[in-house]
Order: sequence, then structure tokens, then C-alpha cells
Amino acid sequence: MLSRIAEALFWIGRYVERAECTARILDTYLQLLIEDPVIDEEATCRSVMAAMGIDYGEGTPDANALLQTLLLDRTAAPSIAYAIETARENARRSREVVSTEVWEAINSTYNAVLAGQLQQRRPADAFRFVRERASMISALADSTQSHDDGWQFIVLGRSIERIDMTARLIMMGNYVSGPNGAWALTLRSCGAAHAFTRVYRVTESPRAAAEFLLLDRLFPRSISHLLEQAGHCLEELDPRSRRVGFGGDAARVIGQAHARLSYLPLTDLVTDLPREMEELQRVCADATQAIAKRYFEGVVAPEWLTEAL
Amino acid sequence: MTGVTQSQSQTQGGTSGQVFGGYRSGTDTFDEMYDGTSCRPDYMGIQRQMQRLSVQEVQARADYLGHSYLDQGVTFDIGGQERPFPIDIVPRLIEAQTWSHVEAGVAQRVRALEAFLADIYDEGQVFRDGVIPRRVVTSSPHFLRVAKGINYPHGVRVHVSGIDLVRDGNGDFRVLEDNVRIPSGVSYVISNRRAMSTALPEVFAHHRIRPVSQYPAKLLASLRACAPSGVADPTVVVLTPGAFNAAYFEHALLARLMGTRLVEGRDLVAQGGRVLVRTTNGLRPVDVIYRRVDDDFLDPVHFRRDSMLGVPGLLNAARAGNVTIANGVGNGVADDKLTYTYVPDLIRYYLGQEPILPNVDTWRMEDAEHRAEVLDRLDELVVKPVDGAGGKGIIIGPRATKTQLDEMRKRLIADPRGWIAQPVIQLSTVPTLIGDTMAPRHVDLRPFAINDGEKVWVLPGGLTRVALPEGELIVNSSQGGGSKDTWVLAGDRGAVPEPSPAPAAEDAVVHPSLRAGRSAEPDTTQSQPPPTESAQPQRQSQSGSGGTQSQSQTVQTSFGGER
Repeated sequence: MLSRIAEALFWIGRYVERAECTARILDTYLQLLIEDPVIDEEATCRSVMAAMGIDYGEGTPDANALLQTLLLDRTAAPSIAYAIETARENARRSREVVSTEVWEAINSTYNAVLAGQLQQRRPADAFRFVRERASMISALADSTQSHDDGWQFIVLGRSIERIDMTARLIMMGNYVSGPNGAWALTLRSCGAAHAFTRVYRVTESPRAAAEFLLLDRLFPRSISHLLEQAGHCLEELDPRSRRVGFGGDAARVIGQAHARLSYLPLTDLVTDLPREMEELQRVCADATQAIAKRYFEGVVAPEWLTEAL
Repeated sequence: MTGVTQSQSQTQGGTSGQVFGGYRSGTDTFDEMYDGTSCRPDYMGIQRQMQRLSVQEVQARADYLGHSYLDQGVTFDIGGQERPFPIDIVPRLIEAQTWSHVEAGVAQRVRALEAFLADIYDEGQVFRDGVIPRRVVTSSPHFLRVAKGINYPHGVRVHVSGIDLVRDGNGDFRVLEDNVRIPSGVSYVISNRRAMSTALPEVFAHHRIRPVSQYPAKLLASLRACAPSGVADPTVVVLTPGAFNAAYFEHALLARLMGTRLVEGRDLVAQGGRVLVRTTNGLRPVDVIYRRVDDDFLDPVHFRRDSMLGVPGLLNAARAGNVTIANGVGNGVADDKLTYTYVPDLIRYYLGQEPILPNVDTWRMEDAEHRAEVLDRLDELVVKPVDGAGGKGIIIGPRATKTQLDEMRKRLIADPRGWIAQPVIQLSTVPTLIGDTMAPRHVDLRPFAINDGEKVWVLPGGLTRVALPEGELIVNSSQGGGSKDTWVLAGDRGAVPEPSPAPAAEDAVVHPSLRAGRSAEPDTTQSQPPPTESAQPQRQSQSGSGGTQSQSQTVQTSFGGER
């Protein structure tokens, strides 16, 4: 696999997942703005933006500003439109490797964005469109591509992005609104509300929610599950020897985070949740950097060596 | 020709209110489907089947074509903007007999150009025999001295070629231009066919159309055949300038269909006379590079220093015989438009045959007599730069203003090597859906040929480009051109005789290796005359293309700024 292609595939995984998670977040919080009569609109919008890494600066952000920056603005890096466009650009660069069906799914989504579909639809409908398209792309990648290194890179990108987004969401849940329903909101925006209720019944226990989102081994959007998945991809990409060792720096970063999460008492985790979540975001950044160094920059070879090697 | 059943053959003839209702061919052009208002026999099947659809239905199918191309990303780039490649709903038909003529003509031309390139980058026998002046070759910007001494396995330099053809007022095919550097467009041939078979299944099913889908396999096989000797399982890569290149879609499609890597210059490393590709598992050797990067950008060591698209050291690796570059480096001299004027002589010289496909009459501006005539008739002629691509710099006499002509006159006198002149050509037309009516639009044809060292194979099909604006003859996609699916019909088994080219005329100069055979023939007792100082007069007989018709039309055939 070419380094450049591997990089493109990794970022397809990340950007498609980012579009989906952003759609989930917006969907949940926009609904909240409408439903909750006492909500501080400005503070909520600010905290959503802060969680996505945007400093709104002057002025009072409202629901429209939220839609503009996170959904429509093709020039703003955190927006869905941008994520789709970038995913498509990466797919175009790796077009001989991604399967035709994946390419067409990404491309037609991009064409829909270009045609203004995100504006024309009602917001909730636009979010559903993005979610469905993202699921379709992931499913097509899973079912029409060989599960070779290239596919591992897509899954790796998807897992890391999902960890990152989930960590942001949990953190945001802490900032937003009072204790009432904060976790319910987070569960919903992670697409975990239904699964959570099936396991824990209807409770409003923050502890249970944290446990579910952080540690559940079976739920595919829990951080523990995702770390394991990312670790598995890395192992496939660089098989370690059976006795000792691990596959490179990225595997270590991911593995350490996984071990910490798995073996730290839940109480300790929950006491300083924001810090833990920040830590997880750092893990994602470090892992990405390590992966880039190991796989994307290529085994850097001296360009002008004459007879050596 | 088709498997039309009884019930179908008794349907309507062709009246107004129908898809082709009211269509009539132009008076002074050759229409491939209609002669006046009557349909030519070859196209009866298409007329009959398409007339069964309502106009709305045909439009809906045409919309489907555009839509599916957008989703599939069948696009080309203009100035950084991707656009879907327009494809017309009416296919273009070429029946078996005509095609075998084209096929033989194209293959013959490619063989001659191969021999020519091998010769000029080697001993230059052709100069000594006076068939083409040495200065024509050495003054070409595409003649690269560094390309000397590179060995091409099986002597193949023109692995892939696209020979641009037009049909003149009589319907005869003529060669307008050779493309032996990096001809593009074959991806549209492949995707057009697939799109048309879903858009017009009923018409499709009633014709026996020769498939084009084998192209990638043929290309890969011939690239592998031309790998450096001693490599058991050669690795082929496609080298692209990147996603912003106009023909990126094609590069990606070919790589995908061949199952090879699509690499950019930065993915390759030349080390110790070998070329390697960077992968996630380290460096891997490469044996054949099907490059879609211009010579100028290929290797910053030898060509443009500022090129970011190339691989430093690539040429040295090729010289060392460790990697094959396809198409060969320095091929551009063979598709220089001044060289073009000599190609008929080159065919006689190297192959001992008369050309099967004639050139378009061309005046060389270098020749004093030609120049005087051209300057005299500048307002009737088309003047083209010899190395132009993408239609740049072409002046169409009848359409030019006086100041443009005066300026052109000055430039011609200042740089005669840089220009050729041709009569305005009447391109043939094919019905094309414009809005909700069929209208005649001008077309050309680019057949693609693959040379594997043993045989020149011509893809049965080729890219038909169509000029969409009325009266327009510029078929270039960057100038509002579209395309048509080109259907080459399968002949009945054994019914199509292989065309055999006539032996070269008695007075033609031929290559030394052919002279022995000639003089052995009973009639030819005299040995060849010594090389003459000038080549054959270039003006061919004035019959044919109706050289001086005043209707302003020209054709311009470079494709998407790349060739």
C-alpha cells in the first residue's frame, strides 16, 4: 500500500465519521434549544462550539450561527460540508483503491452538498441525510472492499475520530445545562440512548451513563470498545511478535489509554471527567501523529543517495 | 447488420413528430447518418429503435446519462473546476468494412512512427536518405538528445497512441494529427460504452457491437511485455501528475481497471539506477512506468529543475535498463505537426507501402513556395502552431479579423518553423440531441492503438468528440465539446477482407533494408537513386477535402490540454 493512499484512506475514515458525529451533536442540541424553555441559548451555543474547537469571539451565537458554522460553511474546518468535501477529495486521490461503490456514495453525497441540499432540507432532515450517508459509506467500505491494510486504515481513522468526538461530547455534557438530563443528552447525541436504556433501564444515573459510554465492551460507540478496535487495526497493520512488544508508537499510546480506562476505578474516572476527556483527545492526537510518522511519511529514504542501500 | 425481427421491420419510416423527424444533413458536409433526409442503411437500426421512443423518453435517457456521470465522477477539469463529461444520446456507428480500413491505417501509421523514432534516436538513416531534413527533427522542441541511448525492450516507444481522424466532404477518413506522447480520452470510451448500454438498452441489443472493455487488459499485457528483460513478474505503475490534472479521472480509472498502483512523482524514488515505490511496508521495486506526465516534468535532473511532478534520477534508471518508461521519452518529435507533413513519406520509406489513410493537405511554412502561397491566401486557411495543444494559437483565416491576420503574417515570417497551414476542413456530422431536437453536429474520431512489440492492436471504438455549438468545429472538451459512444459493428465472420496496403510508389525512397527486396523484383532492375535533396512535394492532389471552401470551419483536436 502506498503511504499516500494509506493517508487518504485514514482521513476518509475520519472525515466521514466526523460528519456523522457532528450531525448527531447538532441534531440533539438544536432540539434542546427548542424544547427547553429556560435554556441559555448563547451559553449553550458557545459551549457546543467550544467543544468543536471554535472560539466564537464577539457577538451572540444562536442556533443559526451554529448551523452556519457546523453544518453549512464549506470553508470552516469543523463543518459537515467541509468534512464531506475533504472526505471526497481524499477519495478522489485514492480512487483506484477505494471500491467503486464507496467512491460513488461519497461522490454523490458531495454532489448533494454542492447542490445545496443541506440548506434546502429542514435541519433535522439534513442531519438524517448526513447520518444515513455516513452509515452507507462505512457499510459499503466494510462490505465491498477487501479487509486488507487499506480497509484497516479506514477503520482505524473511523475509530480514532469516534473516540475523539465522543470525548468531546462527554465533556460538552458537563458544560451544558444543569445536572438535569445532561447525561441523557450526551447519550442521545452519541446515538446511545436506546442501547443504554436496554441495558440499564430508565435511570438518570450519571454514573451509569458514564460507565456505559466509557467502558461498555459491547456497545460499538463506547470508548473502551473503540480503543480496542483501534488497537486491533494497528496490530493487523504491524503484527507484533507473540511473546513481547507492540506495533509501534501508536499502538502504545492507544494501548495505554485503553489500560488506564479499563483498570482505573470508575469513581476516579468520574471525579475529574473533563480532564480525562481532554486526556483522551490528546491520545487521539498523539496516536494520529504516530501513525502519520510511521505510515504516511513513508519509510523516509534519502533522495540523492547514489549507490548506497 | 442487426437482428431485427419481422414485426420491428415494418414500423414507421421517419417522419416529423419523432426523434429524428425533420432532421436533414447539411448541404456541403458529409452526414454519417442521413443523406439529405434519408437515413443511410447502416444507421437504419438506430433510427428504427430510437423512433420507437418518444422525444420525452429520449430526453429522459439523455438526462440519465448526465446524471450518472456526475455520480460516478466521470469528469474532466477546466481551470481547476471539475465538470461532468458530456455524452450524447445518439451513438456513432462505424461498420465493419470501414473500420478494418481505419484499423489498418492506424496500425500502419504507428509502425512507421515507431521506426522513425527508433531511427532518429539512433543512426538517423532517414536523414541520409533525404526523406526528412535533419533540421526538421533537431529543431523540434520535443527532440530530446538525452533520450538517445535509452533501450526500449522490443523496440516499443509508442506503447499507446491516439491518431486523430476526420471524415472529409466525401466521407473519407483522413489523419489530422498524431498523438504519441500521452494521448488521453480512452477512459471516456470505456465509460461511454457502459453508460450507453444502460441508457439505450433496446438500441444496444439490436446491434452487434465490438466490445471496448478489454482495453485495460490489453494495455497491462503490453506494458508487462515491454518490461526490462529478466523480470519474471513485472510491477507496473501508472504515474499521474496528481488529482488536479485535467485527465486525472482517466489515470485513476486505468489504474483501477488494471489493478496497478496509481502513483505520483513523490511516491517514487530512484536509487542506484532503480526505481522504487514508497509503501507502508518500505520501498518496493517498479519495472514499468506508464507515465501520464509530460517529458518536461518527468525528471528534474534532466528536464525542468522546478518540476515537482517527476522523479529525480528516473531517466538514468531507464538508461541503465532497469525500468521501462511508457510512452518513450522524446516521442513528441513524431507528433510535431511539421513532422506530420512527412509521415506519408515515412510510411513509404520504412514500410515500403502507400499510406492507407491520407493526411490532410498541409503547407509547410518553411518552404518558400508554400509560404508565399499561404501568405497570399491567409484569409482562407487555418494556421496552426506545430507543437500546439488545446487549440492554443490556431488562427482560422475566414473568421479572423484583419488585424489578427496581419499579426499572424508577421509571426509566420518571423518563425516559419513554428507553423503549418491547412485548408479549412469540412468535418462530417452526426445527429446530436440539442435541447429537444436532433441537429447535425461536427465530429472527429480518435482511435487508440496499443503496441506490444509484436502487433499494433487498435481498440475497436475510439473517442468520438462532438462540437456542441451550432456550426462549431472545435471538438475540444475544454471548448464546449462533448462525446459520443462509438459503435464499431462486428462483421460477419470472414466477410471482411483484411485491407492490404499498396506497395510504395516506384519513385519513393525506401529504407535500405527494403531496397534489396525491391530490386530483386523482376520489373525493378535499377537500384535506388541516390538520396534526393528534398522530400516529396507535400501538397497532395487537390481532390478530396475541397481545400478552399469558404465556409468557416476548422478542427482542433488536442484533448483537455494534454496529449
